[in-house]
Amino acid sequence: MAQVYFEDINEGSDIPALVKYPTTMQLVKYAGASGDFYQIHYDKDFAIANGLPGVIVHGWLTLSFLGQMVTDWLGEKGTLLKLNGSYRGMNKVHEDIVCNGKVVKKYVEDGRTLARVDIWAENPQGEKTVTGTAIVQLPSKA
Amino acid sequence: MAGESVITEELNNLLNVEFGPEVYEIEKGMLKRFAEAIDDPNPKWLKQAPPTFPAALVPHELLHKLFNVDIPLKRLFNGTSELEYLQPIKAGDVISVTAKLTRLRQVAGAEGPTLFMFTEMTYTNQRGEVVVKGKNTYIKY
Repeated sequence: MAQVYFEDINEGSDIPALVKYPTTMQLVKYAGASGDFYQIHYDKDFAIANGLPGVIVHGWLTLSFLGQMVTDWLGEKGTLLKLNGSYRGMNKVHEDIVCNGKVVKKYVEDGRTLARVDIWAENPQGEKTVTGTAIVQLPSKA
Repeated sequence: MAGESVITEELNNLLNVEFGPEVYEIEKGMLKRFAEAIDDPNPKWLKQAPPTFPAALVPHELLHKLFNVDIPLKRLFNGTSELEYLQPIKAGDVISVTAKLTRLRQVAGAEGPTLFMFTEMTYTNQRGEVVVKGKNTYIKY
């Protein structure tokens, strides 16, 4: 993908979406890599006993997908400065998670060319399961 | 039913107490395993930590206390996460994590009381430089 520059973006423009399809195996890998062994993420019986429809995706994993969408877009020369997410709904395994982003503000601060990007993940029902913001620094052609 | 407070003395006593530092040596294999787990093939993550990697640098001491506190609310969810990057975390770094509970808030939820626990983490490298600042809200209901 070509490097994106500050001059290339506009407020209101979308960044390329990313679609993920997590499996229970991926949640087990994530549990191991992150140290988050809460059973709702890999033990179906435990999850159901806790009132859930089945194992659910770690909020941090969905936020990781959103992070990948942003860093893929930023390329080599862009920098992620801040990332946040609110976990609003559940993503189940064996379902698409669609990651989206939209530039909502383009500004210069202390000589740095920055943008604020709204980010969100959707489940197949179109519900926003994670919503958040990324603050990024983009290279300038100037 | 906001009703009875679930915020016990045990919880209140944790407020603004700094836990840690817990020290993590950032090995290449650890980064590789994390990048594989989040399914992010960017080769950059073989040398440098991907954005959500601080989630793996767990402040166990504080979280163990928060998750096992003796209150009637047993179900736990992660509410929000926030990370601010001051410097990249790289393979070979030694990162110290400190954590504190900064605020407790009880609200009346649909199924009874809901407790929000606000935490803040600081990630410092081997040169004493703060590399990442984090905030996380945990929800018990």
